[in-house]
Amino acid sequence: MSQAKTLLMGAVAYDPKVVIIWDGFRQYFAEQGLDFDYVLYSNYERQVESHLAGHIDVAWNSPLAWLQTKAVAERLGRRAQAICMRDTDRDLTSVIIVKENSPIRQLADLGGKRVGVGASDSPQAYLIPLGHLAEAGLHAGKQIEVVTFDVLLGKHGDHIGGEREAVQALLRGEVAAACLIDANYLGFTQEGILPPGSARVLERTAYYDHCNFTVFQDAPSRLIQRFLGLLLGMSYSDPKVRSLLDLEGLKQWLPGRTDGYRQLESAVERFRTLEPFAERLKL
Amino acid sequence: MNQIDLRDLRFGEGAHLLVKRALAGIAVGEEIVVRGQAPDFAVHLEAWARSEGHRVRVSGENRSFHLQRGAAEFGRWQGAERAGDADPRKPEGVVQRPPRRWGLAARGATVEAGAPEFSFQLAEKSQVWAEEAVRLYAQAVSAQWDPNTAIPWDAEFELQQEVEDAVVQLMTYLIENEAAALIVPSRFVAQLHPHFREVMQLLAIQAADEARHVEVFTRRALLKTDRLGLSTVGGQASLKTLVDEPDFAIASFLLSVMGEGTFLTLLRFLERHAPEPVTRAMTRLAANDEARHVAFGVAHLRESVKSNPALLDKLANSVHRRHDALRHTAGLNQEVLDALTLLAAGAWDHEALREGSRRVTQLIHDMDIGRRTQLCRIGFEENQAAALSGLHTRNFM
Repeated sequence: MSQAKTLLMGAVAYDPKVVIIWDGFRQYFAEQGLDFDYVLYSNYERQVESHLAGHIDVAWNSPLAWLQTKAVAERLGRRAQAICMRDTDRDLTSVIIVKENSPIRQLADLGGKRVGVGASDSPQAYLIPLGHLAEAGLHAGKQIEVVTFDVLLGKHGDHIGGEREAVQALLRGEVAAACLIDANYLGFTQEGILPPGSARVLERTAYYDHCNFTVFQDAPSRLIQRFLGLLLGMSYSDPKVRSLLDLEGLKQWLPGRTDGYRQLESAVERFRTLEPFAERLKL
Repeated sequence: MNQIDLRDLRFGEGAHLLVKRALAGIAVGEEIVVRGQAPDFAVHLEAWARSEGHRVRVSGENRSFHLQRGAAEFGRWQGAERAGDADPRKPEGVVQRPPRRWGLAARGATVEAGAPEFSFQLAEKSQVWAEEAVRLYAQAVSAQWDPNTAIPWDAEFELQQEVEDAVVQLMTYLIENEAAALIVPSRFVAQLHPHFREVMQLLAIQAADEARHVEVFTRRALLKTDRLGLSTVGGQASLKTLVDEPDFAIASFLLSVMGEGTFLTLLRFLERHAPEPVTRAMTRLAANDEARHVAFGVAHLRESVKSNPALLDKLANSVHRRHDALRHTAGLNQEVLDALTLLAAGAWDHEALREGSRRVTQLIHDMDIGRRTQLCRIGFEENQAAALSGLHTRNFM
């Protein structure tokens, strides 16, 4: 465990801007009297492992990293808690899109077709949409052929690249459908990567939640409470934090909740995603 | 409750503008009903609303949502400030000390709080502002001329070789002086807070004027030859003191009032005594430009002195300092002086040379009178003005 007076957070460096974001938060927290520092990991698996080993007090986790943490903690008799998340982490959906002029009208039409997905550890562009398709009877390698666009494996799809490549493959006609998060679908539409009339939504998943700040029950409670209080107190009308919130993609921090991870949990069970990680930890 | 129907307009086609416009009409926390028929309406509306911090809930009706306005957009503009007023005549239109955080924002714009601070060194109205800038800038814009058409380059003339050489020598001298007059305002325009828009524009156009002068003097020098004249240590030493001057008020004083003021008299002299139409035309046009530069220098220093009378001492000291620094240099090169005499003489006979010399002496006297007049306009007493004018560099600029 880190020194009692410093709250140490872990985050994954999926983009150079991560340094700017957490340096900014560090400075803001310091001004508010909280001694905060951060450690960057190149992948979520290393971060979860490090969190379990007590190197950090709190982890900024992807939804998959949250499930990894929770699962391993349960096996070890520890309790993990999701204490805070962004407003933009709540009630997301993924979409399976096809070309506007595609003959595919319903999920069943995807049978025998190629489906483009993001990184294989991406909840939004792989696990959740493929779980959704499997529940509809379209199993990878059987009814559908999955074409994976792995960009930066270990980042759990935080990097937008895999989804962009899947969409570009769709436009080139290399895949019949592509899976991506709704926000990127909107973003690609607005950026012109998907011009109006080029694609349509074939299927939309149920709502799910995304990242959270994860702690264990033995985390330094006074520091955690202070950290949480400062996060929830951040106001978008405060110019000191607004640029940081913009960079991190939120307007407001909200208390953590865990009922939004059920869809991912069943996908992870279906694809046995957690097993290699548990094996790596020799659990 | 307000309602909007996006019909079949998609989010990639501007649907979000209609939604934003409708939200702008309600208070934070209030709701509108949004309907749409575009294929991906629901997915896009929800993703857009989430990223903007608004809440969406299904209305119960097909393809229709309740959208609750979030506080983020409102919050963004809390603490924003109005950066003066676009109209410089309004009270507080041009403020005394524009904050660094206003940065490059247009004067009169609403500036979001938290903007980065720029390090503009010239950020006080009393340092830089002159009401005259507005009028002088407009005048400068309308008085711009095209060297290709404003000067009769094709006019036929043939001068005696020595007279042609004298013109080339004068042009060589003018070019290096104009280069100094280009560099000095350019350096300060980069340090000026853009809140003082009209001064920024005026300094920029002043630099552009000088660029044009450098062009036409160069073209005239090369009209009959492929080689320019002489550049001396004394001339460059004098100009270097201008280029090196870090203080805006002093640089403006030494360059625009003392230097360009003197130059103005010189250009009028050249216009009068030029032996051919090309030089006559360009010196007339250049003199008109220089007159504006002098007018701004005088106007802004007069206003600065009004608010800070101690500035006069600082300016006077700068003349003394420059004089001391240049004491051991030759100042104006003899070749320039001889060329002026020859031009004013117009011929080689004894009487003509005597008349030429007399005219150059008169020129130097007129330059002195011109400087004294400008010095008095800034606020110097007549006797001080006479003493300071006498200490001005022999290089004229």
